[in-house]
Order: sequence, then structure tokens, then C-alpha cells
Amino acid sequence: MPKLTIDGKEIEVPGGLTVLQACELAGVEIPRFCYHERLSVAGNCRMCLVEMGQAPKPIASCAMPAGDGMVIRTDTPVVKKARQGVMEFLLINHPLDCPICDQGGECDLQDQAMAFGVDHSRYQENKRAVPEKYMGPLIKTIMTRCIHCTRCIRFATEIAGVEEMGALNRGGHVEITTLEKAIDSELSGNLIDVCPVGALTSRPYAFTARSWELRKTNSVDALDAVGSNIRVDARGREVMRVLPRLHEDVNEEWISDKTRYACDGLARQRLDRPYLRKDGRLRPVSWDEAFRAIAARLDGLDGGKIAALAGDLCDAESMLALKDLMAALGSPHLDCRQDGAKIGAKIGGAGPRAGYLFNTTIAGIERADAALLVGTNPRHEATLVNARLRKRFLMGGFRVGLIGAPCDLSYPVDTLGAGPETLSELAAGTGAFAEVLTAAERPMIVLGMAALARPDGAAVLHLARALAEKFGMIGEDWNGFNLLHGAAARVGGLDLGFLPGDGGRDRDGILDGVHGGDIEVVYLLGADEIDMARLGPNAQEGAFVIYQGHHGDAGAHRADVILPGAAYTEKNGTYVNTEGRVQLGRLAVSPPGEARADWTILRALSEVVGQRLPYDDLGALRQRLVAVNPVFAAVDRVEAAPWGEFGEQGKLDGAPFGVAVENYYMTDPISRASETMASCAEVFGSGRAGEATGTDG
Amino acid sequence: MKVTSYRAGEAGDFAFTEDNAKRAAAAVTHYPEGRQASAVMALLDLAQRQNDGWLSPEAIEYVANTLEMAPIRVYEVASFYSMYNTKPVGRHLVQVCRTTPCWLRGAAGLTDTCRDQLGIGLGETTGDGQFTLVEVECLGACANAPVVQIGDDYYEDLSPERLSALLGDLKAGKEIAAGSQTGRQSSMPDGGAVTLTELPERAPAEPGRAVPGPEFGDPVSPGPVSPSGEGA
Ligand code: SF4
Ligand code: FES
Ligand code: FES
Repeated sequence: MPKLTIDGKEIEVPGGLTVLQACELAGVEIPRFCYHERLSVAGNCRMCLVEMGQAPKPIASCAMPAGDGMVIRTDTPVVKKARQGVMEFLLINHPLDCPICDQGGECDLQDQAMAFGVDHSRYQENKRAVPEKYMGPLIKTIMTRCIHCTRCIRFATEIAGVEEMGALNRGGHVEITTLEKAIDSELSGNLIDVCPVGALTSRPYAFTARSWELRKTNSVDALDAVGSNIRVDARGREVMRVLPRLHEDVNEEWISDKTRYACDGLARQRLDRPYLRKDGRLRPVSWDEAFRAIAARLDGLDGGKIAALAGDLCDAESMLALKDLMAALGSPHLDCRQDGAKIGAKIGGAGPRAGYLFNTTIAGIERADAALLVGTNPRHEATLVNARLRKRFLMGGFRVGLIGAPCDLSYPVDTLGAGPETLSELAAGTGAFAEVLTAAERPMIVLGMAALARPDGAAVLHLARALAEKFGMIGEDWNGFNLLHGAAARVGGLDLGFLPGDGGRDRDGILDGVHGGDIEVVYLLGADEIDMARLGPNAQEGAFVIYQGHHGDAGAHRADVILPGAAYTEKNGTYVNTEGRVQLGRLAVSPPGEARADWTILRALSEVVGQRLPYDDLGALRQRLVAVNPVFAAVDRVEAAPWGEFGEQGKLDGAPFGVAVENYYMTDPISRASETMASCAEVFGSGRAGEATGTDG
Repeated sequence: MKVTSYRAGEAGDFAFTEDNAKRAAAAVTHYPEGRQASAVMALLDLAQRQNDGWLSPEAIEYVANTLEMAPIRVYEVASFYSMYNTKPVGRHLVQVCRTTPCWLRGAAGLTDTCRDQLGIGLGETTGDGQFTLVEVECLGACANAPVVQIGDDYYEDLSPERLSALLGDLKAGKEIAAGSQTGRQSSMPDGGAVTLTELPERAPAEPGRAVPGPEFGDPVSPGPVSPSGEGA
């Protein structure tokens, strides 16, 4: 542990740190542009100059290892002058366009020029102008502002693993470019955050707001099951942008492009008032009328003829309210697995939690030494899990095998096979990858929904469990068995038991029941991904469909009654991510029009149908949530789930595993309503579609 | 091993000739396995020579594919070094050194000579595709300033008249002699030695030294000049 003196204060720091990091530990702020704690050190901006002992010149603290006995000074006239000099050079070619720059107000260059620069310019000559570059539908470039810190290149190459950005030419002629191609990464939005100036900014957000007029709400993302921590920036009733929030164990400081950019979908195709189908057409009605129509339909109906399906974006509170309502109505037909994944429970009984969680945890991936991916493309299903796998790969000594549709994950993968046979062979110990798994100390398996949302899903799950046990993936302090979910609502739904009750039907049972006439009323809580045709063409020849949700998507089109709910940015809700981490989403803006937070809708409806739910406020509902499953009390804590029996021995189907996410940019009603996502789908469509070889489930 | 994701290069019709492919393979063997990217500069040079003196995007992406590199990484190298041309050039690439020593010795006049005689500006190519004129920084032969590089060879101790004659010969399709244009050998003092004109006692010849080197003070012979312009 080297001991240094920083500005006269002695401090001992862990080995392997740089002088800049040591200064940070000592509480001394060092200005920097090119240095970023998660990227390799470039040392090219020189903003971090400090004085070191007897060294004749100031040194770049970001690139200098902290050594024992070093004497560092950051408060001398030399350092001050050095910073002013560097600042002056950086500003020579930087335009004075802060008033029209989207980075204005949150710009490192602006801030540091204020803090460390001089107050006037001595530069008389012409500034250099650099042509704008095309980088795709998400990133706007104003390259004259670029200070050539190369953070963007390092981010793309190292973290995103997409080598498509570079610096052409040299010296005063350097230009950052992607060679006029859209940067093909689901993490590309983070380039905007790493760029310390306004050279790379958000294209959809361009010129729409100034950072200081935004209301900032800390929340969590609901568009995939990672549970990325986000900050929702809103103005008035409109969500202007979504930014990442640091959470070392989940998303570090990155978010995926869908998380960041789908927010324009929140303002489009919204259900902002109740609708009722009359004479075959949906007509706007009052809440009261909508509720009375439902009550009339349910009146005298046997509970066994009612069913409910919960969608992928639901908060736990609303699912619990619906579950309680269904119980009160006497229906056991519930399912939160609208893709038909055979997980969570055997029909009629709850399975162990370890059987449906990402037990290794996202941060735990860094401790693994081999991974087997089964029926999953984490890059599209959970971008930040993939980023973590890549991070682990870069640490070295990490082999990844894949059974399923081949895909480019940005790190080397051994494609072992396409379907369950390969998995059985591997479980039997044959094949080269079996040796890798045997040799590994902490191997892990990741099962995607494409492996489980199929008729033999329970058998695949059973086989995967056997494989995990065989290769020692389950140990004292290590659980290498993982399910990678795609839906933010899924784990919460499983935790609170939004599953078929005694004698209850699962998704297929419900849909078949509609066909057979056994199910007459179907309550869709934001469930849009099922095959609506199976609900019948209308209430007379099929089910009476109640759709509660926020977007006019598939479910609303088929619905007989629409109850307008709130999107994830418009309500306080609990979400459980794929690791089983309970997190709270917070209301950033209020729902549009007459739309309401979802649990309140169910609470109000319960009263009209004569089955009043026993909670009057969110606190009471959350207490009930904890009573149903105590895991909901452990907010942001992941506790190891006990291991147990799950899955069902059965015959495996020979069909190869499909693809769970066919189009990364369009997975849910919000992203489907987003224009930004639509343009991404168009730009990246051909390439992405090429990878998709199977069908869903 | 590919450790990132990127689109493979689009090499179009470009491919190394058999000879160049052999040379490229040989260049790759100079580096440890898995470090084949280190040979990128050698391969770019081969590609440039094969491709009439410039690197087309196809040639660059071909090199990227050959070395299993992301195309952007090869573009970076090709655009960084001024000796790679990323635009077509004429048959004779005339590079006038403009750095201080050459400039003090009249480099600006050389540029003017080229301009006038070839009828093109800096960075331009003559209509017949014979000449491209550029100014470059120090060519590393300052002792013989001013210096102009034409193709692979250096032409030193130039005067505008001498350069004009050289260009005339080139236009006429004649061979021209590289190296010092005033007949001095290497970068020896102009007009003979001015120091060490007398030699101390000569040490006995070393056994095994077949050809004795020239004695100091021997008259300088304007012997053959090697293509690199370094003198005999
Ligand atoms: S675009 Fe931004 S991040 Fe990239 S080099 Fe320029 S200033 Fe740095
Ligand atoms: S931060 Fe140290 S050189 Fe840029
Ligand atoms: S300055 Fe011309 S060769 Fe060095």
C-alpha cells in the first residue's frame, strides 16, 4: 500500500492506483477530460497535470501510477498555470456556441473552463471547423466541438465491444468518425454521456429542453428485466429524456438504447380515457360506465369462467391487486407468463425461487470463469447483462458456449449447437465444452426464454438443473444457475404468485378455454404479446376482453372495455429484476388524461363488482405485498435463493431454440409506439433480422 | 481472435497478387501468433504499391480482412501516416520538403518551380496523371537541403533550375539520377573536407578487412549513387 503526500496531507492508498485516483481518495479534485474510471487510460488531454516531487515538469496524474513516497502538489502556481494553458489550447478550436449547445449546463468543458480556465481568449486566428458525421438515428454530432479525448472510441471498443469508431488523420486534423455508418450497438446512447463536451449529443432530444428546466426523478427502467437505474427528466407532463443512474451491481453507469430512447413512445398512442365497445366500435365512455359494463358482464358469472393475464411492464402492486380481485371473484386462472414460459411453478404449486432467478447476480458474473448460454441472446434480451459478460471476458480466462441461434455478442462464443439435443449431450458430459465446464471453478448457465417458452420448456428446465448440478454450479457461495428474463414484470409476478391456482389454467389453458367456451371473460393487465386471435374475433364469438394498460397496442385493439392505466414513469411501483432484486419505480409525471395508476383502477373496479379490495393506499397494498412474499420487503437487496426441485422430466423436442427477441427495438407497447425506436429498427433492421432464424417459442 | 463486433471489410475486387500475398504472409510471421495486426503497416505499403501508389477503401478493407482487424483500425493507420495516400496520385509523386532547414535553403522556390512547370497546385495531379505535387515535413535529409522526394527516391542539394531539368526529363520519360544533384557524396562537406584534413598515423589494417575504406583526405569520387540517395 503506497503512502503519498498530497497537498501536504499523507495518505495511504491501495496498490495499483494512479495519482489521479489517489488524489480523489484524498478528497482533492483533479480536472480531467480523457480519463474515465471505466475506460482504459489515454492520457491525451493533459487537463490532469499536477506537480510531483522534484520532477522538472508537471505530470499527467491519470497516467502516473501512485508510488510510495510520492509528493504530489495540486495547488501550486505551476499547476494553476498548466491547467490554464491546457484549457486555453482546448478552447482554441472549440466553438463558442454554448447558448445553442445541448450539452450546455451539463458540460465538463464549460464547468472546467469556469473553474480552471482564464476569463478571456488570446486567440485571433480562424478556428477549425469539422464537418458533421453521421452516426445513426440516436447520436447527433457537432464535431467542431470535439476535443479528441477519445473516450467515445474507447467506450465503443472496450465496453460496447463494437469496433466501429475511430480517429482519422492526426494532430490538428484528427476527426472522430464511424465512417458514416450508424453505430451498431445497443449501448450507443452512452457515448453521449461519456463525451465530455457537446460533440456527441442525443439526436431525438436535440433542442427540446435545457437541462436546468427539467424535473429529475430517480426511478428504474421497466423495458427489460435488468432493472437499470434511471433518472427520468421531465418538463411539465412530458418525459423529455431518460438517463442512467449509477448502480454498481446492476447497470453500473450505462443503460441500453431502448431504456434511454423509447421514452418518446410514452407520449404516443396513449389510452387516456376509458373506452367501451358498442356495436363493434370502441367509444369513449366515463370510468363509471366502463366499470358498470364490466360489472354487468361479471354479474352471475361463475368465477371459473374468468381469467387474467399480466403483461411484461406491470408493477407488482397492480398484479397483486388483480390477483386478489380474481381470487375474490373465484377464478384460479391467472398467468403472468404471456410468452408461455414453463417456469416458476408446477401447475398448482410454487416452485423454488432459485428456479426462476438469475442467481449468479449481474455483478456476480465477474466471478464466473465459464458460461453456457442456452436459448438466449443476452445482447438483445438484457443488454447490460451482456455488457457484464463482456466485461468478464475482457478480464481474461472466460469461455462462453452457446446453444441456440447463433448471434454476435461482441465477445467470442463457442457455438455448440442449436437445440435441446446438444444440451442433453452436454449434460451427459460429452463434447469439448463439458471439459471447460468441468475445469471451471465457478461455471454458470444462462437459460433464455427461447429455451423455456416452448412446449418442452419444463423438460429443458429440468435438464438444465441437472446439468448445473452435474458441473458443480451450485455450491456454498456460488450459484451458477440463471434464468435471463426479458420482462420487467416477470419475476415480480412469479414472486407474488400470479400463476394458475388450484385447478387453474395457464396461458395456453386460458386461450384454449376461450376457444372451447370455458373461459368467457379475460382480463388483460397490459398483456399485449399474446396471440389476440385466440381470444376470438369479438365478445360474442370469443371472450369478453377487458384491457387495462397504457398504450393502444394489440390488447386494446381486441378489447371490449379499455381501462387506461399508467406507464412505468407515471406511477410508483415495485419491480423485481431478473436477479430477484426488488426496486422501486417512481412517479415522474402524472398519467395523461383520465388514466390512473393501475392498482387504483383495480381497487375502484373491485368496489363496483362488489368485491372491495382491502387496501386504500399504496402503503397498505405494499404491506399486503410483503405479507404475500417477504422478499418484497428487501428493497435493493439480493439474497441467495434456496435451491430445490424444479422443472419436469419429460420428452425433449428436437426443434432448435428460437429467438426470444426478434427485434430489439420493438419489444413492448412503449417501444413500439416510439418513433425513435422505429427509425432504429429501420436502420438496423436488415442486420438484426439476419440473426433471427427461429420463431418465438 | 475477434474480441469485438464489427462489420467485415468490403474489399471489392482488390486482392493481393500472388507475390504480394507471399510478402504479406512473410511480414505476418515477424510477429507472435495472434499479433498479426502488427504487420498492418507493411501490408498497407504492399497494397499501396500494388494499387498505383494509393490506398483505396477496398485496399484498406482488404488489408483489414487479411489481418482480421476492424476496418476502422486500418483506416486510422492509413490516414495517420502521410506516406500512405488515401487519394489517387500521379505516376510520379513529387514531395517537396518544407520544414525549416529546407525552407531556409530555398524550398519555397522549389515548390514554385513545380507549380509553374507542372501547372498544378499543391495536392493536385496533372491532367495526364503523371505528376502529383505535395509539400511534406522533414524528410530526414536536412544536411542536403533542400530536398524533394520523387517516388521512392530523394533528390538533394536542389536548385530550382536543377529541379526543373529533372521534371523535364521525367516528363520526357527519361531516367533521372537520384541523390545529391551537386555531385557531393553522401552529406560530406560541400567542396571537400574542411576539418580533419590531415590524418593521424594510420593504424595497421585489420586482419580480415577485405576492402580498405577510403582514407580521409582522399579526393571524393562522384561514384554511383544508390537509389536511397545515401551515396556509395
Ligand atoms: S466526440 Fe466527444 S468523446 Fe469523442 S473524442 Fe470528441 S470530445 Fe471525446
Ligand atoms: S485526464 Fe489525464 S491526460 Fe486527460
Ligand atoms: S527539413 Fe527538409 S529534409 Fe529535413
